[in-house]
Amino acid sequence: MLLEDKDRIFRNIYGFHDAGLKGARSRGSWDGTKLLIDQGHDWIINEVKSSGLRGRGGAGFPTGLKWSFMPKNDVRPSYLVINADESEPGSCKDREIMRNDPHLLIEGALIASFAMRAHVSYIYVRGEFIREREALQRAIDEAYEAKLIGKNNIHGWDFDFYVHHGAGAYICGEETALLESLEGKKGQPRLKPPFPANVGLYGAPTTVNNVESIAVVPDILRRGAAWFASLGLPNNTGTKLFQISGHVERPCVVEEEMGIPVRQLIEAHCGGVRGGWDNLLAIIPGGSSMPMIPAAQCQDLTMDFDSLVKLKSGLGTAAIIVMDKSTDVIKAIRRIAYFYKHESCGQCTPCREGTGWMWRVLERMEKGQAEKREIDLLFDVSKQVEGHTICALGDAAAWPVQGLLRNFRHVIEERIDQYQVAHRDAAE
Amino acid sequence: MGREPWSEPRTRQIVTEHKGLEGPLMPILHACVETFGFVPQEAVPVIANELNLSRAEVHGVVTFYHDFRREPAGKHVLKMCRAEACQSMGCEPLVKRAEDRLGIKCGETSADGRVTLEPIYCLGLCATAPSAMLDGKIVGRLNEAKLDKLLKGAGA
Repeated sequence: MLLEDKDRIFRNIYGFHDAGLKGARSRGSWDGTKLLIDQGHDWIINEVKSSGLRGRGGAGFPTGLKWSFMPKNDVRPSYLVINADESEPGSCKDREIMRNDPHLLIEGALIASFAMRAHVSYIYVRGEFIREREALQRAIDEAYEAKLIGKNNIHGWDFDFYVHHGAGAYICGEETALLESLEGKKGQPRLKPPFPANVGLYGAPTTVNNVESIAVVPDILRRGAAWFASLGLPNNTGTKLFQISGHVERPCVVEEEMGIPVRQLIEAHCGGVRGGWDNLLAIIPGGSSMPMIPAAQCQDLTMDFDSLVKLKSGLGTAAIIVMDKSTDVIKAIRRIAYFYKHESCGQCTPCREGTGWMWRVLERMEKGQAEKREIDLLFDVSKQVEGHTICALGDAAAWPVQGLLRNFRHVIEERIDQYQVAHRDAAE
Repeated sequence: MGREPWSEPRTRQIVTEHKGLEGPLMPILHACVETFGFVPQEAVPVIANELNLSRAEVHGVVTFYHDFRREPAGKHVLKMCRAEACQSMGCEPLVKRAEDRLGIKCGETSADGRVTLEPIYCLGLCATAPSAMLDGKIVGRLNEAKLDKLLKGAGA
């Protein structure tokens, strides 16, 4: 069963309609926002909790629970920071929201800020997103103009919304690095604890949420937590923007129910894998940091947090990169390893050194110029990077390599054999 | 992008304009890139002095982010995505083609100063891979013909 149109939250994700305030209102945005706010801070948080919404930025932490960590009586101001530093290769959902349905996000930001008793929200838009920033700013100006947000707005909760833009650093998508960057420093992640809910932006309580997590909130409140919870699978509720790229006939971004089988997703929305389903080699299910899943396991695979974790992978941002049998998997992972080496901030030694080390070994493995015992050694090194760093970039660099070694060990071994045969012949 | 020559008073003026913001350093550096085309080495002590930061702190921020270039770029900047999705759709031969056409390596500026070719890791346009960005304008479904047109438009 595919998601029905009536259950869609993102009704203008393809930009076919007016992205402005008038268009957004015709799609139901800003309808009865005041009534939602009148229900009170705790009602909103409880409603989001019972909807089962899990953070859409990758980690899948329950959003309502995260909000409830914010202090209720604190002399310091509270902040909501929205993470629009969508840099994970493969991910392309937040940009569509900002470009085509920015009012969902602004309304969500107002409601979320109210729930957490914040009067100010910052949105950190990645530096490469130029049109998105303009579209978002345009929508914010409209909202100010219509007195929907700002001081003395019609909702009775003073709220200012600022757009901040990044400058081309992947690591700034990590929440504490993002806070550092907002403060005008190098984007190097902070040690946790203290968590941002206690000591965040400028030392004040802060919650960092993904764009999609915030943008779905108004619809959840309007239609009720039960509606959202009825979609998807238990503990993996609601709808989600899936982004499919790579070797499919028609790559696309599409909103679907959580837990849709990956095969159905690819065949119904993307015209199938290039050359047919049997030509599938593997998928990367959630952006480049998630370990790949070989075709054999994709047969009955459902796209949700829990079932992917069972396969030692993860849903991440639900950015599916499809690879058909023409792909050189070692080369693909070597490239991912290079990306993480390039983006490591250099703060923690295991990540700074380990990412380069893994990349250099993969460079040789791609040509077959390695020893078989190095396969285990590489796995061992990746385990020493994973979990030994301040932020998750170390994990993100280690997982794709582990995914390769777990699932495509035979390919590496074959390549090493081929190389040795070729060079033995040459030597003789 | 504006290209006025660097001057100290102009830098001070930029700093003054943004000083009232929370966390003003990044907006200031963005403005410098917009005004001068890059962040000149000479600007660092001026900004540090105005914001009461150490030169090392400002230097750290400038060098941390890719967008704050420290040398002037070419007249046009072509950024080609080389991340996973684009790679699987064949960006590498296209990058090679651009390099050959311009006679430079990725990350360099052509000798006549017209085009700077840079890699970028994901423009978030994976659904229309391979993608590129010429002077802030994004291009999807890049192929040889489209690339040639872009390069021609940039005067290479």
